[in-house]
Amino acid sequence: MGHAESAALFVRDGARAHWHDQAGWWVRQRRDAGAKAVPDWEDLRERAEAIKAHALSNLAGYLEEFEANATRLGAVVHWARDAEEHNRIVHGLLAERGVKLVVKSKSMLTEECGLNPYLEARGIEVADTDLGERIVQLNHQPPSHIVIPAIHMKREEIGELFHRTLGTPAGLADPQALTEAARQDLRRRFLSAQAGITGVNFAVAETGGIVVVTNEGNADMGTSLPPLHVASMGIEKVIPRAKDLAVFLRLLARSAVGQPISSYTSHFHGPRKGGEMHVVIVDNGRSSLLGQGGFRRALACIRCGACLNTCPVYRRSGGYSYTWLIPGPIGSVLAPARDLAAHASLPFASSLCGSCSDVCPVRIDLHHQLLAWRREVAARGLLPAGKRTAMRLASLVLRYAWLYRLAGRAARLAMRVLPRPVLGWLSGGWSRQRELPPAPEASFRELYRRTRGQP
Amino acid sequence: MASRDEVLRAVRRGQPALVEHPGTAGLGVRFPDPVARFAEVVVEVGSACVRAPDLAAADRALRLLPVHRDARRIASLVPGVGGATFDPGAVADPHQLDGLDLCILPAELGVAENGAAWIDVRNFPHQALFVIPEHVAVVVRADSVVHDMHQAYERLRHAKGFALFLGGPSKTADIEQALVIGAHGARSCTVLLVGGVESTPGVRP
Amino acid sequence: MTTVGLFIPCYVDQFYPQVGLATLRVLERHGVRVEFPEAQTCCGQPMANSGCSDDARPLAERFLRVFGDYEYVVAPSGSCVSMVRNHYQPFLAGRTGFDHLRASTYELCEFLTDVLGVEKVEGRFPHRVGLHRSCHGLRELRLGAGSERNVKPFDKVAGLLSSLEGITLLEPSRADECCGFGGTFAVGEEAVSCMMGRDRLADHEGRGAEVVTGVDASCLMHLEGLARRERRPIRMLHVAQLLAGEG
Repeated sequence: MGHAESAALFVRDGARAHWHDQAGWWVRQRRDAGAKAVPDWEDLRERAEAIKAHALSNLAGYLEEFEANATRLGAVVHWARDAEEHNRIVHGLLAERGVKLVVKSKSMLTEECGLNPYLEARGIEVADTDLGERIVQLNHQPPSHIVIPAIHMKREEIGELFHRTLGTPAGLADPQALTEAARQDLRRRFLSAQAGITGVNFAVAETGGIVVVTNEGNADMGTSLPPLHVASMGIEKVIPRAKDLAVFLRLLARSAVGQPISSYTSHFHGPRKGGEMHVVIVDNGRSSLLGQGGFRRALACIRCGACLNTCPVYRRSGGYSYTWLIPGPIGSVLAPARDLAAHASLPFASSLCGSCSDVCPVRIDLHHQLLAWRREVAARGLLPAGKRTAMRLASLVLRYAWLYRLAGRAARLAMRVLPRPVLGWLSGGWSRQRELPPAPEASFRELYRRTRGQP
Repeated sequence: MASRDEVLRAVRRGQPALVEHPGTAGLGVRFPDPVARFAEVVVEVGSACVRAPDLAAADRALRLLPVHRDARRIASLVPGVGGATFDPGAVADPHQLDGLDLCILPAELGVAENGAAWIDVRNFPHQALFVIPEHVAVVVRADSVVHDMHQAYERLRHAKGFALFLGGPSKTADIEQALVIGAHGARSCTVLLVGGVESTPGVRP
Repeated sequence: MTTVGLFIPCYVDQFYPQVGLATLRVLERHGVRVEFPEAQTCCGQPMANSGCSDDARPLAERFLRVFGDYEYVVAPSGSCVSMVRNHYQPFLAGRTGFDHLRASTYELCEFLTDVLGVEKVEGRFPHRVGLHRSCHGLRELRLGAGSERNVKPFDKVAGLLSSLEGITLLEPSRADECCGFGGTFAVGEEAVSCMMGRDRLADHEGRGAEVVTGVDASCLMHLEGLARRERRPIRMLHVAQLLAGEG
């Protein structure tokens, strides 16, 4: 099912759709307050965009620099061409050390690679520790938002889930109490896990360090107790210098949830005393996107989620209406690069309002990229046949003023004389919930001619 | 080796022509009273803030707080502050730190724009001490407060090991965006802002 | 005397001729000599937005031929003007007259404020009016600051409207959320489109608006379609009509 069909189902439950829409809008408003509190906000965005553009233009050099410095600090750096290789490497590290339970903080990359099912099939239990991730894990669902994974669930539903899986009292729906239950459950896992897996928000070439950002402290619990830390990062996460972090960190938490800083902005420089640290650098299609001039800017994404929260379509259709793991505007520009045919509906899951581009902290031209993907869809013959024909026909008619005038008069005449049911059938999707526009007897140009004569 | 070479080759093939790094100059924010601003924002991000003229006064103020009075196992990495009852250096295994009620932590600097405190664990007996305790108190010297993150990174030369910007207690809003303090890390954070005042005002909040 | 080539979008020409007439009236009242080149048809946006560049190209070329010689080109539409200024580059780059065309094509309100320097518009409109900030005009032509950005607030459209005598200009609670028209999106993603439109109407009604206005008749066509189907009394009028003293 493409986005439109899934979205139509989502919208059918009007109350729930409005609830979901309000949830996203609320976070968007928090972001606005955060942005308005920073006088140099727009300068920051421009600078962040430029730093990322520079980084991507020297990506290989920075990856090598990062590897050299990380290795010097005692981390072991691995390289994975694709998801399968990433999973094999991670599994290998865990299996060699007899790891039976691993705790994992939020990493969309590991979701993309399908790490959890891979490990579980090989006898290793994975506990996702971000509260939202843990909720969807217990519910056997993927995240529906990249920052707020369970944004689609109501507290009563989470309460019911925890009652079934964690043994909380039936009917308990208070967020504080539910969070406490998750704290207790996950603390047991933090204490018994033999390894911790994290993502990487930023990898700094100059220092060989990585930065992992959370509000919950789950990445820190997961890396300060077990002896093994595995950090999975996409190649695009590397930035040149430590000083650059100031720019991105001033933008990240404010863009995501309107906070001036997250609770834990953790800087890892090599393993901790007596521990091991492994960094897995993953390509999985990113180098290919890097080579596509019109689309490479999407690699600048710092995964703040602001574009999801502002998107009027995402808010009213939910993460599961999208055909890829990452929904919303950023997902809709990344997914087509992986499989255009499978994700052909995503560039059209947008009214091109442009709000996403204006909230993006690194100024990715998201709505222009959606338009560019539409061109790719059309060029590869993936548009629905009816649409293609209609556009061709319309273009033909519009090339000749006399033909256009004739078509216009005929259309208006039809709209005035045809019975409503026929008009409804002819106008398809438009008329299901809307009246057609008025059909005046004279067009503007006809009135102009009558009143002004020939110019 | 093969994967490394292949990935780097693919990256080199795809990367665009070099564009200059724009630098980070000309950005940032300045406050008329950065220490006062820091104290305000610390509260905005969920911590309590106690201002004290010196360490001894900070210690006295801390001991009056419920978070200290109710704590049984207390560790302190700031000599003279907190009245430690437990020495984390005496345990070899950080797992045994679970159940630590309160830990007092030293910060290298504070950031006025966001209330963050930079904590470097290099001299800590265990890295986990900033996240495993039920509650934390962070000692920030007023004269170490900088205006913004750019200034912070100018000052920080972090060579090895672990450090973090701590921006308040552990928190989450994953359940219907309802803010809950105390997810997996500390349930509360008390910032002891030392210096720059004559006496210890009432604790905020 | 300033000379303007009047560009009337195809759907305004066919369905909302009064908007075209109002635009003409407003321009002439401000001392502009207006010509309407009859050879014009459509800017090609529906084709371009469907990804059909090959179908849009001939219309872009035609547009340059028809309008290239005018000192200014003015249209009562943010999205059509954005098409010319921001999206014709791939079709017309390097062609004689394209740079001039791009620099001299304006939406009506920005033409009044930026070229003619108009600050106050003579006229009355003693009604409660909800301002709908059409997306392309707002975010592609920067007719206003927008709610997302941290820039000094400004709004060329609101500025002109609020100078009308007796008008009560109302802000919806979501200042610039999209109405859901989006071109073929209105049909291709009909369910979400209509929910978005209804939400906009409810927002304006909630503020007590009798009329909703904006710079794009396409947005208004979609909102009006929803309102008329549900027999909601709220009226849609284009900004040109308010400025011309209609309604």
